[in-house]
Amino acid sequence: MASLTVTDEQVRATPAKVIQPAWVRVMHWVNALAMILMILSGWQIYNASPLFGFSFPREYTLGGWLAGGLLWHFAAMWLLMINGLAYLITGFATGRFAKKLLPITASGVLHDVRAALTFKLGHDDLTVYNYVQRLLYAGIIVVGVLIVLSGLAMWKPVQLYYLVMLFGDYPTARYVHFFCMAAICAFLVIHVLLALLVPKSLRAMIIGR
Amino acid sequence: MAKRSFLIPGVDKRLLIKDSIKTMPDVTRRRFIAGGASLGALTLLTGCDVVDSSSAEEMLKQVSKFNDAVQSFIFNPDALAPTFPESAITKPFPFNAYYDLDDAPDVDGNDWKLEVRGLVDNKKSWTLDELYELPQVTQITRHICVEGWSAIGSWTGTPLRDFLKLIGADTRAKYVWFQCADKDGYNSPLDMRSALHPQTQMTFKYANEILPRAYGFPMKIRVPTKLGFKNPKYVVSMEVTNDYKGGYWEDQGYNSFSGS
Repeated sequence: MASLTVTDEQVRATPAKVIQPAWVRVMHWVNALAMILMILSGWQIYNASPLFGFSFPREYTLGGWLAGGLLWHFAAMWLLMINGLAYLITGFATGRFAKKLLPITASGVLHDVRAALTFKLGHDDLTVYNYVQRLLYAGIIVVGVLIVLSGLAMWKPVQLYYLVMLFGDYPTARYVHFFCMAAICAFLVIHVLLALLVPKSLRAMIIGR
Repeated sequence: MAKRSFLIPGVDKRLLIKDSIKTMPDVTRRRFIAGGASLGALTLLTGCDVVDSSSAEEMLKQVSKFNDAVQSFIFNPDALAPTFPESAITKPFPFNAYYDLDDAPDVDGNDWKLEVRGLVDNKKSWTLDELYELPQVTQITRHICVEGWSAIGSWTGTPLRDFLKLIGADTRAKYVWFQCADKDGYNSPLDMRSALHPQTQMTFKYANEILPRAYGFPMKIRVPTKLGFKNPKYVVSMEVTNDYKGGYWEDQGYNSFSGS
Protein backbone atom coordinates (compact mmCIF):
# COMPACT_ATOMS: atom_id res chain seq x y z
CA MET A 1 0.00 0.00 0.00
CA ALA A 2 2.88 2.32 0.75
CA SER A 3 3.81 2.65 -2.87
CA LEU A 4 0.24 3.58 -3.77
CA THR A 5 0.04 6.40 -1.23
CA VAL A 6 3.41 7.94 -2.03
CA THR A 7 3.35 11.74 -1.76
CA ASP A 8 4.70 14.27 -4.20
CA GLU A 9 7.54 15.06 -1.77
CA GLN A 10 8.63 11.45 -1.74
CA VAL A 11 8.49 11.30 -5.52
CA ARG A 12 10.66 14.38 -5.82
CA ALA A 13 13.18 12.90 -3.40
CA THR A 14 13.69 9.83 -5.57
CA PRO A 15 16.73 10.34 -7.79
CA ALA A 16 16.78 9.64 -11.55
CA LYS A 17 13.05 9.01 -11.57
CA VAL A 18 11.10 8.44 -14.74
CA ILE A 19 9.53 11.76 -15.71
CA GLN A 20 7.69 10.50 -18.77
CA PRO A 21 6.66 6.84 -18.69
CA ALA A 22 7.20 4.79 -21.83
CA TRP A 23 3.54 4.78 -22.89
CA VAL A 24 3.45 8.58 -22.78
CA ARG A 25 6.61 8.84 -24.87
CA VAL A 26 5.48 6.34 -27.50
CA MET A 27 2.02 7.88 -27.83
CA HIS A 28 3.49 11.39 -27.87
CA TRP A 29 5.71 10.69 -30.88
CA VAL A 30 3.11 8.62 -32.71
CA ASN A 31 0.74 11.52 -32.18
CA ALA A 32 3.35 14.00 -33.42
CA LEU A 33 3.71 12.02 -36.67
CA ALA A 34 -0.06 11.59 -37.06
CA MET A 35 -0.71 15.29 -36.44
CA ILE A 36 1.90 16.40 -38.97
CA LEU A 37 0.44 14.05 -41.61
CA MET A 38 -3.09 15.24 -40.79
CA ILE A 39 -2.17 18.94 -40.90
CA LEU A 40 -0.18 18.82 -44.16
CA SER A 41 -2.77 16.67 -45.95
CA GLY A 42 -5.53 18.80 -44.41
CA TRP A 43 -3.98 21.92 -45.95
CA GLN A 44 -4.04 20.15 -49.33
CA ILE A 45 -7.75 19.45 -48.89
CA TYR A 46 -8.41 23.02 -47.69
CA ASN A 47 -6.74 24.39 -50.83
CA ALA A 48 -9.29 22.64 -53.06
CA SER A 49 -11.98 24.96 -51.72
CA PRO A 50 -10.54 27.56 -49.33
CA LEU A 51 -12.78 28.79 -46.52
CA PHE A 52 -10.92 32.10 -46.39
CA GLY A 53 -9.09 34.32 -48.83
CA PHE A 54 -5.84 32.38 -48.77
CA SER A 55 -4.35 29.01 -49.67
CA PHE A 56 -1.53 27.11 -48.02
CA PRO A 57 1.77 27.09 -49.95
CA ARG A 58 2.11 23.95 -52.07
CA GLU A 59 5.45 23.09 -50.46
CA TYR A 60 3.68 22.62 -47.14
CA THR A 61 0.96 20.33 -48.40
CA LEU A 62 0.97 16.58 -48.64
CA GLY A 63 -0.43 14.42 -51.42
CA GLY A 64 0.28 16.42 -54.59
CA TRP A 65 -3.39 17.15 -55.31
CA LEU A 66 -6.81 16.77 -53.71
CA ALA A 67 -7.17 12.98 -54.06
CA GLY A 68 -3.65 12.40 -52.71
CA GLY A 69 -4.34 14.74 -49.80
CA LEU A 70 -7.57 12.89 -49.03
CA LEU A 71 -5.83 9.49 -49.17
CA TRP A 72 -3.18 10.66 -46.71
CA HIS A 73 -5.77 12.32 -44.48
CA PHE A 74 -7.99 9.25 -44.28
CA ALA A 75 -5.00 6.96 -43.70
CA ALA A 76 -3.39 9.07 -40.95
CA MET A 77 -6.88 9.41 -39.46
CA TRP A 78 -6.67 5.83 -38.18
CA LEU A 79 -3.27 6.40 -36.63
CA LEU A 80 -4.53 9.53 -34.88
CA MET A 81 -7.81 7.93 -33.75
CA ILE A 82 -6.32 4.72 -32.35
CA ASN A 83 -3.40 6.48 -30.70
CA GLY A 84 -5.61 9.28 -29.38
CA LEU A 85 -8.18 6.89 -27.92
CA ALA A 86 -5.47 4.79 -26.28
CA TYR A 87 -3.94 7.99 -24.85
CA LEU A 88 -7.25 9.22 -23.44
CA ILE A 89 -8.13 5.84 -21.92
CA THR A 90 -4.68 5.34 -20.38
CA GLY A 91 -4.52 8.95 -19.21
CA PHE A 92 -7.78 8.68 -17.33
CA ALA A 93 -7.33 5.09 -16.15
CA THR A 94 -3.87 5.64 -14.66
CA GLY A 95 -4.95 8.91 -13.07
CA ARG A 96 -2.18 10.73 -14.90
CA PHE A 97 -4.51 13.42 -16.26
CA ALA A 98 -5.96 14.13 -12.81
CA LYS A 99 -2.56 14.15 -11.17
CA LYS A 100 -0.67 16.18 -13.79
CA LEU A 101 -3.31 18.55 -15.11
CA LEU A 102 -5.50 19.31 -12.08
CA PRO A 103 -6.28 21.60 -10.46
CA ILE A 104 -6.29 24.49 -12.93
CA THR A 105 -7.11 27.73 -11.13
CA ALA A 106 -7.45 31.20 -12.62
CA SER A 107 -5.12 32.71 -10.03
CA GLY A 108 -2.57 29.98 -10.64
CA VAL A 109 -2.65 30.54 -14.39
CA LEU A 110 -2.39 34.33 -14.00
CA HIS A 111 0.55 33.95 -11.62
CA ASP A 112 2.43 31.59 -13.92
CA VAL A 113 1.71 33.63 -17.06
CA ARG A 114 3.18 36.67 -15.30
CA ALA A 115 6.16 34.64 -14.16
CA ALA A 116 6.68 33.23 -17.66
CA LEU A 117 6.55 36.66 -19.29
CA THR A 118 9.20 37.95 -16.89
CA PHE A 119 11.29 34.77 -17.32
CA LYS A 120 10.88 33.85 -13.67
CA LEU A 121 9.03 30.60 -14.26
CA GLY A 122 11.06 27.73 -12.87
CA HIS A 123 11.55 24.44 -14.74
CA ASP A 124 13.58 22.70 -12.05
CA ASP A 125 11.05 19.97 -11.43
CA LEU A 126 9.76 18.54 -14.71
CA THR A 127 7.38 16.17 -12.94
CA VAL A 128 5.13 19.06 -11.91
CA TYR A 129 3.46 21.07 -14.64
CA ASN A 130 2.99 24.77 -14.01
CA TYR A 131 -0.45 26.27 -14.48
CA VAL A 132 0.26 27.51 -18.00
CA GLN A 133 1.33 24.01 -19.03
CA ARG A 134 -1.71 22.48 -17.34
CA LEU A 135 -4.04 24.86 -19.15
CA LEU A 136 -2.35 24.33 -22.52
CA TYR A 137 -2.18 20.53 -22.22
CA ALA A 138 -5.76 20.18 -20.94
CA GLY A 139 -6.90 22.64 -23.60
CA ILE A 140 -5.19 20.81 -26.44
CA ILE A 141 -6.79 17.53 -25.35
CA VAL A 142 -10.21 19.21 -25.61
CA VAL A 143 -9.26 20.67 -29.02
CA GLY A 144 -8.06 17.22 -30.10
CA VAL A 145 -11.41 15.69 -29.23
CA LEU A 146 -13.23 18.53 -31.01
CA ILE A 147 -11.19 18.24 -34.20
CA VAL A 148 -11.84 14.50 -34.38
CA LEU A 149 -15.57 14.95 -33.77
CA SER A 150 -15.89 17.77 -36.32
CA GLY A 151 -13.83 15.72 -38.76
CA LEU A 152 -16.11 12.71 -38.34
CA ALA A 153 -19.13 15.00 -38.80
CA MET A 154 -17.70 16.20 -42.13
CA TRP A 155 -16.71 12.71 -43.22
CA LYS A 156 -20.11 11.12 -42.51
CA PRO A 157 -22.72 13.88 -42.26
CA VAL A 158 -25.55 11.44 -43.03
CA GLN A 159 -24.49 8.38 -41.05
CA LEU A 160 -23.27 10.47 -38.08
CA TYR A 161 -25.97 13.12 -38.34
CA TYR A 162 -26.09 13.66 -34.57
CA LEU A 163 -22.49 14.85 -34.73
CA VAL A 164 -23.44 17.42 -37.37
CA MET A 165 -26.28 18.54 -35.08
CA LEU A 166 -23.72 19.00 -32.32
CA PHE A 167 -21.93 21.58 -34.44
CA GLY A 168 -25.08 23.18 -35.83
CA ASP A 169 -24.78 22.23 -39.49
CA TYR A 170 -22.32 20.90 -42.05
CA PRO A 171 -20.61 24.20 -42.98
CA THR A 172 -20.16 25.06 -39.29
CA ALA A 173 -18.41 21.74 -38.67
CA ARG A 174 -15.94 22.74 -41.42
CA TYR A 175 -15.17 26.00 -39.66
CA VAL A 176 -14.81 24.25 -36.28
CA HIS A 177 -12.44 21.76 -37.90
CA PHE A 178 -10.38 24.60 -39.38
CA PHE A 179 -10.15 26.63 -36.15
CA CYS A 180 -9.20 23.51 -34.17
CA MET A 181 -6.39 22.97 -36.71
CA ALA A 182 -5.30 26.59 -36.23
CA ALA A 183 -5.32 26.12 -32.44
CA ILE A 184 -3.24 22.96 -32.74
CA CYS A 185 -0.73 24.73 -35.00
CA ALA A 186 -0.45 27.59 -32.51
CA PHE A 187 0.03 25.07 -29.71
CA LEU A 188 2.66 23.26 -31.77
CA VAL A 189 4.68 26.44 -32.27
CA ILE A 190 4.64 27.34 -28.55
CA HIS A 191 5.18 23.72 -27.50
CA VAL A 192 8.21 23.20 -29.74
CA LEU A 193 9.66 26.60 -28.85
CA LEU A 194 9.41 25.89 -25.11
CA ALA A 195 10.82 22.40 -25.54
CA LEU A 196 13.84 23.92 -27.28
CA LEU A 197 14.22 26.51 -24.51
CA VAL A 198 14.17 23.77 -21.85
CA PRO A 199 16.12 20.96 -23.57
CA LYS A 200 15.89 18.57 -20.62
CA SER A 201 12.12 18.43 -21.15
CA LEU A 202 12.79 17.23 -24.70
CA ARG A 203 15.27 14.66 -23.37
CA ALA A 204 12.66 13.46 -20.88
CA MET A 205 10.17 12.98 -23.72
CA ILE A 206 12.73 10.87 -25.62
CA ILE A 207 14.49 8.77 -22.99
CA GLY A 208 12.09 9.30 -20.11
CA ARG A 209 14.46 10.94 -17.62
CA MET B 1 -25.99 33.80 -74.81
CA ALA B 2 -29.47 34.57 -73.52
CA LYS B 3 -30.16 30.88 -73.24
CA ARG B 4 -27.01 30.26 -71.23
CA SER B 5 -27.65 33.04 -68.73
CA PHE B 6 -31.13 31.62 -68.29
CA LEU B 7 -29.67 28.23 -67.49
CA ILE B 8 -27.33 29.41 -64.76
CA PRO B 9 -28.50 32.73 -63.48
CA GLY B 10 -25.85 34.76 -61.70
CA VAL B 11 -22.92 32.44 -62.34
CA ASP B 12 -19.69 34.31 -62.98
CA LYS B 13 -18.05 32.91 -66.10
CA ARG B 14 -14.53 33.77 -64.98
CA LEU B 15 -15.12 31.90 -61.73
CA LEU B 16 -16.47 28.99 -63.72
CA ILE B 17 -13.30 28.76 -65.77
CA LYS B 18 -11.12 29.20 -62.68
CA ASP B 19 -13.04 26.40 -61.04
CA SER B 20 -12.78 24.10 -64.00
CA ILE B 21 -9.03 24.66 -64.30
CA LYS B 22 -8.71 23.84 -60.63
CA THR B 23 -10.43 20.50 -61.08
CA MET B 24 -8.79 19.72 -64.43
CA PRO B 25 -7.08 16.35 -64.26
CA ASP B 26 -3.53 16.28 -65.51
CA VAL B 27 -0.54 13.99 -65.46
CA THR B 28 0.99 15.44 -62.29
CA ARG B 29 -2.26 14.91 -60.47
CA ARG B 30 -2.49 11.32 -61.48
CA ARG B 31 1.00 10.80 -60.15
CA PHE B 32 0.01 12.32 -56.84
CA ILE B 33 2.53 10.56 -54.66
CA ALA B 34 5.49 11.50 -56.79
CA GLY B 35 4.76 15.20 -56.29
CA GLY B 36 8.12 15.94 -54.72
CA ALA B 37 7.30 19.54 -53.88
CA SER B 38 4.46 18.50 -51.65
CA LEU B 39 6.60 16.07 -49.75
CA GLY B 40 9.49 18.39 -49.03
CA ALA B 41 7.92 19.60 -45.82
CA LEU B 42 7.37 16.13 -44.47
CA THR B 43 10.85 14.98 -45.38
CA LEU B 44 12.23 18.05 -43.66
CA LEU B 45 10.20 17.50 -40.52
CA THR B 46 10.71 13.80 -40.11
CA GLY B 47 14.23 13.66 -41.47
CA CYS B 48 13.44 10.69 -43.61
CA ASP B 49 11.94 10.23 -47.01
CA VAL B 50 9.02 8.07 -45.96
CA VAL B 51 6.70 8.94 -48.80
CA ASP B 52 8.86 9.12 -51.89
CA SER B 53 8.14 5.60 -52.97
CA SER B 54 5.60 3.54 -54.78
CA SER B 55 5.16 1.50 -51.60
CA ALA B 56 3.58 4.56 -49.96
CA GLU B 57 1.20 4.81 -52.90
CA GLU B 58 0.37 1.13 -52.59
CA MET B 59 -0.16 1.50 -48.83
CA LEU B 60 -2.54 4.42 -49.37
CA LYS B 61 -4.52 2.44 -51.93
CA GLN B 62 -4.88 -0.44 -49.49
CA VAL B 63 -6.03 1.89 -46.70
CA SER B 64 -8.51 3.46 -49.12
CA LYS B 65 -9.93 0.00 -49.88
CA PHE B 66 -10.14 -0.63 -46.14
CA ASN B 67 -11.97 2.70 -45.80
CA ASP B 68 -14.41 1.55 -48.51
CA ALA B 69 -15.17 -1.50 -46.36
CA VAL B 70 -15.53 0.57 -43.18
CA GLN B 71 -17.91 3.01 -44.88
CA SER B 72 -19.94 0.16 -46.32
CA PHE B 73 -20.09 -1.40 -42.85
CA ILE B 74 -21.39 1.74 -41.14
CA PHE B 75 -23.76 2.59 -44.02
CA ASN B 76 -27.28 2.48 -42.69
CA PRO B 77 -29.75 2.04 -45.59
CA ASP B 78 -32.49 3.63 -43.49
CA ALA B 79 -30.55 6.73 -42.45
CA LEU B 80 -31.91 9.65 -44.44
CA ALA B 81 -29.92 12.66 -45.55
CA PRO B 82 -31.31 15.81 -43.94
CA THR B 83 -33.94 17.66 -45.98
CA PHE B 84 -34.38 21.42 -45.95
CA PRO B 85 -37.09 24.02 -46.49
CA GLU B 86 -37.18 25.87 -49.83
CA SER B 87 -35.80 28.96 -48.11
CA ALA B 88 -32.52 27.10 -47.49
CA ILE B 89 -31.84 26.49 -51.21
CA THR B 90 -28.48 27.85 -52.37
CA LYS B 91 -28.92 30.47 -55.09
CA PRO B 92 -27.48 30.15 -57.57
CA PHE B 93 -26.75 26.47 -57.18
CA PRO B 94 -23.17 26.15 -58.50
CA PHE B 95 -22.26 24.54 -61.79
CA ASN B 96 -19.24 22.33 -61.17
CA ALA B 97 -17.29 20.16 -63.57
CA TYR B 98 -13.77 19.66 -64.82
CA TYR B 99 -14.74 21.59 -67.96
CA ASP B 100 -16.32 24.93 -68.80
CA LEU B 101 -20.09 24.96 -69.19
CA ASP B 102 -19.60 25.68 -72.91
CA ASP B 103 -17.98 22.25 -73.18
CA ALA B 104 -20.64 20.46 -71.15
CA PRO B 105 -22.61 17.80 -73.01
CA ASP B 106 -25.45 19.37 -74.97
CA VAL B 107 -27.84 16.46 -75.19
CA ASP B 108 -30.81 16.50 -77.56
CA GLY B 109 -33.66 15.21 -75.42
CA ASN B 110 -35.56 13.96 -78.48
CA ASP B 111 -32.75 11.64 -79.59
CA TRP B 112 -31.62 10.64 -76.14
CA LYS B 113 -32.39 7.18 -74.79
CA LEU B 114 -31.42 5.65 -71.49
CA GLU B 115 -29.75 2.33 -72.17
CA VAL B 116 -30.21 -0.41 -69.57
CA ARG B 117 -27.67 -3.23 -69.48
CA GLY B 118 -26.43 -6.06 -67.33
CA LEU B 119 -28.29 -8.10 -64.75
CA VAL B 120 -31.83 -6.92 -65.51
CA ASP B 121 -34.89 -8.73 -66.87
CA ASN B 122 -35.99 -5.94 -69.20
CA LYS B 123 -33.15 -4.39 -71.20
CA LYS B 124 -35.34 -2.05 -73.23
CA SER B 125 -34.10 1.51 -73.70
CA TRP B 126 -36.15 4.35 -72.26
CA THR B 127 -37.04 7.59 -73.99
CA LEU B 128 -37.26 10.77 -71.98
CA ASP B 129 -41.04 10.92 -72.40
CA GLU B 130 -41.39 7.39 -71.06
CA LEU B 131 -39.24 8.23 -68.04
CA TYR B 132 -41.17 11.47 -67.40
CA GLU B 133 -44.34 9.38 -66.99
CA LEU B 134 -42.92 7.50 -63.98
CA PRO B 135 -44.04 8.69 -60.53
CA GLN B 136 -41.75 11.48 -59.28
CA VAL B 137 -40.90 12.94 -55.90
CA THR B 138 -39.15 16.15 -54.87
CA GLN B 139 -36.41 16.38 -52.28
CA ILE B 140 -34.39 19.35 -51.02
CA THR B 141 -31.02 18.05 -49.89
CA ARG B 142 -27.44 19.15 -49.44
CA HIS B 143 -24.93 18.36 -52.19
CA ILE B 144 -21.47 17.94 -50.63
CA CYS B 145 -18.49 18.23 -52.96
CA VAL B 146 -15.31 16.25 -52.40
CA GLU B 147 -13.57 19.66 -52.40
CA GLY B 148 -15.40 20.62 -49.22
CA TRP B 149 -17.99 23.15 -50.39
CA SER B 150 -21.65 22.28 -50.26
CA ALA B 151 -24.93 23.63 -51.62
CA ILE B 152 -28.59 22.88 -51.03
CA GLY B 153 -30.76 22.15 -54.06
CA SER B 154 -34.24 20.95 -54.98
CA TRP B 155 -34.33 17.76 -57.02
CA THR B 156 -37.31 16.04 -58.60
CA GLY B 157 -37.37 12.61 -60.14
CA THR B 158 -38.03 8.91 -59.74
CA PRO B 159 -36.48 6.93 -56.88
CA LEU B 160 -33.83 4.74 -58.51
CA ARG B 161 -34.92 1.72 -56.47
CA ASP B 162 -38.43 1.95 -57.98
CA PHE B 163 -36.92 1.98 -61.47
CA LEU B 164 -34.58 -0.92 -60.66
CA LYS B 165 -37.59 -2.90 -59.45
CA LEU B 166 -39.54 -1.94 -62.58
CA ILE B 167 -36.87 -3.25 -64.94
CA GLY B 168 -36.37 -6.40 -62.87
CA ALA B 169 -32.82 -5.65 -61.79
CA ASP B 170 -30.95 -8.23 -59.75
CA THR B 171 -30.61 -6.18 -56.58
CA ARG B 172 -28.19 -8.74 -55.15
CA ALA B 173 -25.63 -7.50 -57.69
CA LYS B 174 -22.86 -5.32 -56.31
CA TYR B 175 -23.07 -2.21 -58.47
CA VAL B 176 -25.09 -0.02 -60.72
CA TRP B 177 -22.57 1.50 -63.11
CA PHE B 178 -23.42 4.75 -64.89
CA GLN B 179 -21.99 5.98 -68.16
CA CYS B 180 -22.32 9.64 -69.12
CA ALA B 181 -22.33 11.72 -72.31
CA ASP B 182 -19.21 13.70 -71.29
CA LYS B 183 -16.51 13.82 -73.96
CA ASP B 184 -14.10 11.97 -71.65
CA GLY B 185 -16.65 9.27 -71.00
CA TYR B 186 -17.39 10.11 -67.38
CA ASN B 187 -18.58 7.08 -65.49
CA SER B 188 -19.01 6.03 -61.91
CA PRO B 189 -19.96 2.88 -60.02
CA LEU B 190 -22.61 3.07 -57.31
CA ASP B 191 -22.77 0.27 -54.75
CA MET B 192 -26.15 -1.46 -54.79
CA ARG B 193 -27.09 -0.59 -51.20
CA SER B 194 -26.62 3.10 -51.94
CA ALA B 195 -28.49 2.67 -55.23
CA LEU B 196 -31.43 1.23 -53.28
CA HIS B 197 -31.39 4.03 -50.68
CA PRO B 198 -34.86 5.66 -50.59
CA GLN B 199 -33.44 9.10 -51.48
CA THR B 200 -31.31 7.97 -54.43
CA GLN B 201 -33.05 9.47 -57.41
CA MET B 202 -33.13 9.54 -61.21
CA THR B 203 -33.41 13.30 -61.38
CA PHE B 204 -35.27 15.05 -64.22
CA LYS B 205 -35.96 18.46 -62.69
CA TYR B 206 -34.13 21.09 -60.74
CA ALA B 207 -36.24 23.61 -58.80
CA ASN B 208 -39.35 22.22 -60.52
CA GLU B 209 -37.96 23.08 -63.98
CA ILE B 210 -36.65 20.59 -66.52
CA LEU B 211 -33.07 19.81 -65.48
CA PRO B 212 -30.86 22.51 -67.04
CA ARG B 213 -27.79 21.59 -69.07
CA ALA B 214 -25.59 22.88 -66.23
CA TYR B 215 -26.93 20.29 -63.84
CA GLY B 216 -26.95 17.31 -66.17
CA PHE B 217 -29.81 17.38 -68.72
CA PRO B 218 -31.54 15.13 -69.40
CA MET B 219 -30.86 12.93 -66.36
CA LYS B 220 -28.70 13.13 -63.31
CA ILE B 221 -28.40 10.52 -60.58
CA ARG B 222 -28.84 12.34 -57.30
CA VAL B 223 -27.36 10.42 -54.35
CA PRO B 224 -27.66 12.50 -51.16
CA THR B 225 -25.70 9.86 -49.24
CA LYS B 226 -22.63 10.33 -51.46
CA LEU B 227 -20.14 13.05 -52.31
CA GLY B 228 -20.94 15.10 -55.41
CA PHE B 229 -18.69 13.26 -57.88
CA LYS B 230 -20.71 10.09 -57.20
CA ASN B 231 -23.77 11.92 -58.63
CA PRO B 232 -23.31 11.38 -62.39
CA LYS B 233 -24.82 13.92 -64.82
CA TYR B 234 -25.80 13.57 -68.52
CA VAL B 235 -26.36 9.85 -67.90
CA VAL B 236 -26.73 7.74 -71.03
CA SER B 237 -26.69 4.22 -69.63
CA MET B 238 -26.85 2.17 -66.50
CA GLU B 239 -25.52 -1.32 -66.02
CA VAL B 240 -26.33 -3.65 -63.15
CA THR B 241 -23.15 -5.63 -62.57
CA ASN B 242 -21.00 -7.54 -60.11
CA ASP B 243 -17.80 -6.22 -61.69
CA TYR B 244 -16.02 -3.20 -60.35
CA LYS B 245 -15.43 -1.20 -63.52
CA GLY B 246 -13.78 1.82 -61.91
CA GLY B 247 -14.85 5.36 -62.56
CA TYR B 248 -13.61 8.68 -63.93
CA TRP B 249 -12.49 10.15 -60.59
CA GLU B 250 -12.22 6.85 -58.74
CA ASP B 251 -9.45 5.77 -61.13
CA GLN B 252 -7.53 8.95 -60.30
CA GLY B 253 -7.53 8.29 -56.58
CA TYR B 254 -10.81 9.46 -55.08
CA ASN B 255 -12.15 6.94 -52.60
CA SER B 256 -14.70 4.77 -54.38
CA PHE B 257 -17.35 4.53 -51.67
CA SER B 258 -17.16 8.24 -50.81
CA GLY B 259 -20.32 8.03 -48.73
CA SER B 260 -21.53 10.83 -46.53
